[in-house]
Parts: sequence; structure tokens; C-alpha cells
Amino acid sequence: MSDTHPTPTLAALFLNFFTIGLCGFGGVGPWARRMVVEQRRWMSAAEFTDMLGLCQFLPGGNVMNLTIALGARFHGIPGAIAAFLGLMTGPVAIVIGLGAIYDQYAGLPAVRHAFAALAAAASALVIANALKIAEPLRKRPLAAAVATVTFVTIALLRLPLLAALPVLALASTALLWRFGR
Amino acid sequence: MSTLIALAVVFAELSLLAFGGTNSILPEMQRQTVEVHHWLGEHEFAALFALAQAAPGPNMMVVSLIGWRVAGLAGALTTTAAVATPSSVLTLLVSGAWYRFRDKPWRKALQTGLMPVTAGLLMASAALLTTATTLDWTTAAVTVAATGLFLFTRFNPLLALAAAAVLGALGFVA
Repeated sequence: MSDTHPTPTLAALFLNFFTIGLCGFGGVGPWARRMVVEQRRWMSAAEFTDMLGLCQFLPGGNVMNLTIALGARFHGIPGAIAAFLGLMTGPVAIVIGLGAIYDQYAGLPAVRHAFAALAAAASALVIANALKIAEPLRKRPLAAAVATVTFVTIALLRLPLLAALPVLALASTALLWRFGR
Repeated sequence: MSTLIALAVVFAELSLLAFGGTNSILPEMQRQTVEVHHWLGEHEFAALFALAQAAPGPNMMVVSLIGWRVAGLAGALTTTAAVATPSSVLTLLVSGAWYRFRDKPWRKALQTGLMPVTAGLLMASAALLTTATTLDWTTAAVTVAATGLFLFTRFNPLLALAAAAVLGALGFVA
């Protein structure tokens, strides 16, 4: 760490990620970048991109993984825990509060209808996200075929992911390695 | 207690399968909570997912909400910890070694190989959720219109969700 990048304290890790957890709607990635790189200057943009790349590659929530990797880099396991708890505490409390409110009023027709519409729009978020991720596959028939087989395996055949994922991932890697452009 | 243990096992397993983030494990989450364990109904699962979108924070709040729904506060803490722990331990272990491997060809190959699988999983998530949330032609219309909005405009997604909820409350949907 060069001295232009200050080392955050455990409390700073908790508090800054607490703020990130509360302000990010529909994903917290962009907010995390702004805080870490631009506001607090804990690391350079290149270091952040590198760390985020790892966190996207590994399983688990991307920003959740980021709190672990970033916290651990400055303060080992206590740092990872401080940043993680900072990120999660606010949103978990809020979502449980929303659940309790929903339970209270779910019997009202207006609330039921509002939820049916909200759920339909939330599906659209996932559709749009999936289409954006899948878009680059249009020009890569082999990769598109792998995506299609994955879709059929999980959505139509409903096979357990634990069994299907390792097979799909390894087969895909081998196929694209051997035949991919 | 046995429910908490079952929740912990299900979500810990999901943790290490969540390549590309939490949305890619929605089909398996639905299969486990609805079809295998019968903790939730299909529409209830979709409703909880929708509700979680209204909360700030990471994309995985549906996990905490399902835990809360099935087993109260203890359930929420259990599912949240269970989905976080295995992937976090892996991140801790790997983040040190990552920089040494970054230029290794197998790492690039694995990343390239995982990408279409993740895309397929996200498509599966979208299909299963949409099946559960499409109750009639009005909800279908909301999904189609919102998808267009999210794909082709920079309209704030949260405002779109709020607008849909208002339309629903006023009796225009479902």
C-alpha cells in the first residue's frame, strides 16, 4: 500500500459499507466503486477493478465477496467480518421490516394487486439482465449452444444445480478451449 | 431447530453454486424451497423475490426474506449466514493466490467457459420467475413493458417498479 492510499480502520470499514448497503438499490457495485476509489481512496481504480474481477469470477454475491476480499486485505479476517457486517446489517433489517409490513396488509385487495404488478415488473428486471448478459453470445454459436443446454437442464428438466453445474462448467470450458475460435 | 438446519444446508450449498451472483441460483433456490421442502408456494416465492427488490443493498436480499418467512428472525440470520459463509471462505482463501494466477491460461479458459453457463442460468431464472408472476394478460403486459423499459431506456428501475405497484394498487393489473 503506498501512503497515498490510507488504511481504513475496522470501524471505517463497517461504517462505509453500512452506508453502501443502504444507498444501493438494485445492486451496490457502482456505489462500492465510488466509495472505495473516489471518496475514500483506499485503493487505485486498477486495483479495485482487479479485485472486483476476482469477486465476480468466484461464486457468491459480487459485492459481498468484495467486502471479504477488501476487508481481509487491510485487516485480515476481522476486517473481512467488519466490512461484511457493515454491508449486510441495514439491508437485512429493512427487508425483514418490509416482510412484516407485507404480512400485515397482504389481505387487502389493493396490496395483493400492487404486489402482483410489482412481481411482474421484478421479473422484467431479471429478463433484461439475462438478455444483456446473453447478448454477446449471438456471435458465438458454440457458447450460445452451451447456454441453451444450461437453460434446458435447469429450467425445463429441473435437474439439481449441484450435480449439473460442475458438469456444465467443465464441459463448457473444455469445448470452448478446444473449439472456441 | 431441524428447519433451521435444513435451511442452513440448502443455502450453504447454494452459496458455492452462485456463479455470476445470486440471480443465477434462483431456479435452484425455487426448486429447493418450493418443490423439495415445500416451505413456500410458487407464487409466494415470486412475491418474496419482488419484495426483496424494494429493499436496498446487495441483490441477495431474497435469501434473508425467505429465511424470515420460513423461520422468523432466526431463519433470516441462518439463511443469510449460510449463503455468505462458504463463498466468503473461498474468497478469503483465493484472493491471496489470485494475483499469482491472473496470467495463467487455464484461468482465462475457465472464465470463458463459465460465462455461457451463467447466461443460461440467468435465462432459466428469468423464465421460472416470469412463469410464476404471469397471472393473466395484464401482468404479462407489465412484464413486457418493463423489460422494454429496462433494455432500451435509462429509466430508473426503482421508479418503474414503483409505477407498476401503483398501477396494481389502483386496480389496473391482475
